[in-house]
Amino acid sequence: MNPIVFGYLAAAILLLSLLAVTNKNPVHAILLVIVMFFHMAVMYIGLGAEFLAAVQVIVYAGAILVLFLFVVFVLNIREETGGERFSSVWPFGLSIATGLLLLAVILSGKVRLGAMGPYTPQVIAAETHTKILGRVLYTDYILPFEISSLILLVAVVGAITLAGREDR
Amino acid sequence: MNLFDLWMGTSQGIQGASGAAGAAGIALQLAIIIIKVAVIVGVLMVHVTWATYFERKTIGHMQVRLGPMRVGPHGFLQPIADFIKLFFKEDVIPASADKPVFFVAPVISIFATMSAVAVIPIFSGFEIADINIGLLYILAMSSLSAYGVIMAGWASNSKYSFLGGLRSSAQVISYEVAMGLSLVGVMMMAGSLNLTEIVKAQQKYPLGIFAIPQILGFFVFMVSAFAETNRTPFDLPEAESELVAGYFTEYSGMRFALFYVAEYIGMIGMSLVAITCFLGGWTGPFHIPYVPFAWLLIKLYLMIFLFYWVRATVPRYRYDQLMKLGWKFLIPLALFNIVLTGAVKLLVKA
Amino acid sequence: MVPVQWYVWLGLALFMVGVFGFLTRRSIIMMFLSIEIMLNAVNLLFVAFAHFLNDLRGHMMVIFIITVAAAEAAMGLAILVSVVRNRLSAHVDEIKQMKG
Repeated sequence: MNPIVFGYLAAAILLLSLLAVTNKNPVHAILLVIVMFFHMAVMYIGLGAEFLAAVQVIVYAGAILVLFLFVVFVLNIREETGGERFSSVWPFGLSIATGLLLLAVILSGKVRLGAMGPYTPQVIAAETHTKILGRVLYTDYILPFEISSLILLVAVVGAITLAGREDR
Repeated sequence: MNLFDLWMGTSQGIQGASGAAGAAGIALQLAIIIIKVAVIVGVLMVHVTWATYFERKTIGHMQVRLGPMRVGPHGFLQPIADFIKLFFKEDVIPASADKPVFFVAPVISIFATMSAVAVIPIFSGFEIADINIGLLYILAMSSLSAYGVIMAGWASNSKYSFLGGLRSSAQVISYEVAMGLSLVGVMMMAGSLNLTEIVKAQQKYPLGIFAIPQILGFFVFMVSAFAETNRTPFDLPEAESELVAGYFTEYSGMRFALFYVAEYIGMIGMSLVAITCFLGGWTGPFHIPYVPFAWLLIKLYLMIFLFYWVRATVPRYRYDQLMKLGWKFLIPLALFNIVLTGAVKLLVKA
Repeated sequence: MVPVQWYVWLGLALFMVGVFGFLTRRSIIMMFLSIEIMLNAVNLLFVAFAHFLNDLRGHMMVIFIITVAAAEAAMGLAILVSVVRNRLSAHVDEIKQMKG
């Protein structure tokens, strides 16, 4: 990826997520996260994962965050009531996050890439990302695929049991 | 040198292309894209303008009225009068509205509907972006159109808008599932997500369309398209008799016009997707010389007429009936269509 | 070309933004949003490593993570809805009925 494009995307992603995490209004925070997910999708396209970029927009922006908005609306959380938006132990949380970040940045200097695989960008471009992903998913990863479908089924049943009213 | 390569920093790199020639090539590519965008947006806006006139005339005659007759011959200039009126109207913003969200909602609505048109092949080799995941891109963009509605409903801070917004987003999300599943059959038959490839794959089938082998998918897609664009019989979000005007009750002037335009662009966009995926795109039973997009336009006008015809004929659904239709009828039907398509494809191959 | 190191740093920074939000916010909905940010940071790292290693295993992981994230959001938000219905509070520090 072009370093200028990467710089813009990285700055936007970090800024938007910081703004979202510290935002007082949950609806504004969710909208900021949507914009952040769009930048992430562009990042995926730059890394040659066009199918994942589409899935990122369809599933994350189109389904998961709409669910968040729905819950905010149904519970009618206009703004955070009760004053403080951060819990009383926030310096503790901040120090954990910064400490972990420092540790991780120091350790990230040790990152070494392992053995190269067979799927070079040329191979993927020749057969399109979607096709090649589908073939690998439905052959080598068929068992995890089935298990993930089971997880989704459990989630559907669980969500209805938890949130559905008894008297209906 | 390719524009995409510059953006991604791939290929032999910026050093590889000799300075001036590379820059000129990039400028040329940019200029071509901008001209294409301008042409398509211009044509689209003209169509939207007179689609409103066409709708009022069609429904008028179906209800044994004349429709607009005053402005110009047979009221032909009525849309321009409407536009001037909307443009000079006062822009009222509710005092308790959430202003940034209130401002951005109509823009998102129009962005989501308009950007889907970018990947539609108008005729062989003419589209703004020829991408491998064209169909997924359209699904992604149409999934965003829920946001414009839901944000407008919430930001207005009015109970009618809010109820309209909630209803509409629930409806759009439900029917998106059916729409995505109905397109899976097309993907399976074409073996590609690229819209140009899909149009070309249809040439091997009778009449050059997928609508006959994929009749179930086509039916599910059309019903979902009516629901996605909030048209009658699924115009619950703006049910005038119960919710004033639904999610855009509090909007006026140009902001209201943006929602109005977005609805018509959405209708044209959905028609274009249906034409490209099920009705053979720019191809037709015989060749029309000099006008490569003639068949696309003819099909588009027929589709738009279908939208108006249904509006004049079918009464509005009740909300629980709408949800029942989506979840208990259309989604199972679309799933059955996928199984059927796969089975037939395997049998034919064997 | 951007080296893999930059992606690692970006992913780590994004993950820590999520950690910060999760540990400090009182509102449960904001905590869930922070979890989504963290999952996205992990996804970014998977895609970046897959790209630099010419391998598709990272992409597979991302597909499964997105699936599980959808399930997690549905379950979590359902729990939130039932908690708010019973306790009338969407803040973690006000839900302490289990405390002795």
